[in-house]
Amino acid sequence: MNHTTSAENIIELKNISRTFDDGFRVVEDFNLTVKRGEFVTFLGPSGCGKTTTLRMIAGFDKPTEGELLLNGVDIRDLPPNKRPINTVFQRYALFPHLNVFDNIAFGLKLKKRPKVEIIRKVKRALEMVDLEGFEDRTIGTLSGGQQQRIAIARALVNEPEILLLDEPLGALDLKMRKEMQLELKNMHQRLGITFIYVTHDQEEALTMSDKIVVMSEGKIQQIGTPEDIYNEPKNAFVADFIGESNIFSGIMTGKYKVRFCGAEFDCVDDVEHGTMIDAVVRPEDVIITTPEKGTIQGKVTSVIFKGVHYEITVLSGKNEIVVQSTKKAVTGSDVGILIEPEGIHIMIAEDVVNRIETGVDKNYQLLFLDGALACDLTELFPGASFQSDGLLMDAHGDVIEPETIRILVSIKPDSIEMSDDKEAGLLRGHIINLIYKGDHYSYVVRTDEDEDFIVDDEDLWNMDDYVSLIIPEESFEYAVKK
Amino acid sequence: MQSKSNWLKLSKAQLALPYGLFLVCFVLAPLIVIIYYAFTNGEGVFTIENLTGFFLSTKTIGTLAYSFGIAIVTTSVCLLLAYPIAYILARGNFKHKSVILMIFIMPMWINFTLRITALKEILTIIEGNLSFHPFLNTVIGMTYDFLPFMILPIYTTLLKLDKNLLEAASDLGADTVQTFMKVTLPLSVPGIISGIFMVFLPSMTNYVVLDMLYNSTYIMGSLIGAYFSAYDWHGGSMISLILLIIILVFTLCTNRYADEDAGSSRGGVISR
Repeated sequence: MNHTTSAENIIELKNISRTFDDGFRVVEDFNLTVKRGEFVTFLGPSGCGKTTTLRMIAGFDKPTEGELLLNGVDIRDLPPNKRPINTVFQRYALFPHLNVFDNIAFGLKLKKRPKVEIIRKVKRALEMVDLEGFEDRTIGTLSGGQQQRIAIARALVNEPEILLLDEPLGALDLKMRKEMQLELKNMHQRLGITFIYVTHDQEEALTMSDKIVVMSEGKIQQIGTPEDIYNEPKNAFVADFIGESNIFSGIMTGKYKVRFCGAEFDCVDDVEHGTMIDAVVRPEDVIITTPEKGTIQGKVTSVIFKGVHYEITVLSGKNEIVVQSTKKAVTGSDVGILIEPEGIHIMIAEDVVNRIETGVDKNYQLLFLDGALACDLTELFPGASFQSDGLLMDAHGDVIEPETIRILVSIKPDSIEMSDDKEAGLLRGHIINLIYKGDHYSYVVRTDEDEDFIVDDEDLWNMDDYVSLIIPEESFEYAVKK
Repeated sequence: MQSKSNWLKLSKAQLALPYGLFLVCFVLAPLIVIIYYAFTNGEGVFTIENLTGFFLSTKTIGTLAYSFGIAIVTTSVCLLLAYPIAYILARGNFKHKSVILMIFIMPMWINFTLRITALKEILTIIEGNLSFHPFLNTVIGMTYDFLPFMILPIYTTLLKLDKNLLEAASDLGADTVQTFMKVTLPLSVPGIISGIFMVFLPSMTNYVVLDMLYNSTYIMGSLIGAYFSAYDWHGGSMISLILLIIILVFTLCTNRYADEDAGSSRGGVISR
């Protein structure tokens, strides 16, 4: 197998979408270019469409829209057996009625290769996965790890242009998984074959890949090298999914200056003054110090020993900050928090809205603004209706318990009005921040209940003004939190 | 915990007791009686005359051959009809799969004699006189009767077949026909064997079908019946015993084959 180092694209997915028969969109507008010899990983939680995308490349599934180019040729209508692509299946899918030799030789025999060649190639494939002499074993006598290796050998013996791996290590124990990760990576470097790998394990993706495609709900969230994805996550989903992280909503207060958690921090990202942002801080980048030295102060609420480090949770005001440190902290003690500028990653927040999460009381009245809001729950739960006894029943006839309902209330900043008249609105609070945004001011109002509201207003108000917030009922948007 | 596991152990033995009793009364005891009668004569003296008599009589040997013939043809016809039906049912993407399966199973809900009587009427209309084609009529009757027993185990095996294996075969370069020949068919062997069992053995002995379709020839079942109606308990017992041994040999052979071929992933409605 000759190693081609040319940067030629082997497979291109252009605007690929896949809609199931029931109308569910599993993959939406997927665009990806894979270079020859690359190790690409699709990473995302289960149900994000990563396996469906892989199945479309293998040919088991057909895109409803878009182009799928292999070496520049559209292969949408090519059946799997005609594609120079082989797959390592999640549950191995070894043939139970064939022994190891016949399993590996399956593809070669179909191609009617000479017997001598088949024997030689199977032997070499077994050597590659460190299972020499296993030819006559039956599949039932192999351990999970051995079956995994046979599955890899069975795919690689056909010398595919692309090897697809669908969560191949999912069924192995931790130690075996780590070993196989390294072996697969070595194999990839040795053979020069393009690997497309699917996993939900972020650590696995970071260890093995040249390129990671982070997916969520059928859409690509970010494509980049492991370093890019880890250090510069594009949005809150990626930051949250890749490793543990603290995400704070905040605002840019100047060049290389950002304000969150009630304090101003230096950062290395140059984002326009006044932009609403999410700041991502990795737990290992948070430094615990004495209260007087810290940028912000807080109280340690929990300390958990994790082997290499302690995981310390600090409560500062309303914000919880997770810290990883090799130094132990005492639960209940007051500490200061420092964050180096390099440790703060700024993500520009997309369409800022005020979100309030709340529940309902026994009578299904919203626990927000003392139930003054008329929220029709039957519209939020499709097919649901109120019974004569006052209980809410869903489309399947099951009762929805009021305690289990979580409602997200969204209010756009420009639909809130501020007033001097304390009785005019239902919420009252102080203006704690204001930024001029060119055509309007963006204010942050902290209410007496300690909730922060972002309000857009064309008029100028002063810091620390005590105002009441008038929110027209029709501007409330409700959604059920799953 | 200790007392609980003791209680469980005890209850297992107790639970097995009713069936154990049943086994002794209705399986073991009759078997001993059959063996006793098979090797004795009218005076209760040991003899192997019954055995030699069976193999020396052209009538009994002829009946054995005829029974085998009927059973082999019936089983083959059932298999040829049942496999495609089971395959389409298991693989196809029908909205009302269970309803379609029910159509094939439903004849089993109707009384056996009633079914054969109906068949007899239909065959009479087609053939005029049933005695013209005794062998054909018997095979039709038995196929009609035993087909569901062939469909069900094959259907179950095909349904349980891991779809990933079919995708794996296709991934490795097999087209639809090759995938069927190299993966689907070998893996459905346990179901086929279960089906053969449930059809082959009854069709060797079920002489009611013959009787009702006016087939005057004998199969093994009718032969035993004839001996017993003539009060020849000894000859009848010997034939029963020989049939038992044939079935035993047959079971052992296919069992070994099924074990070798399907490994641990066996299917079918009979699990032995």
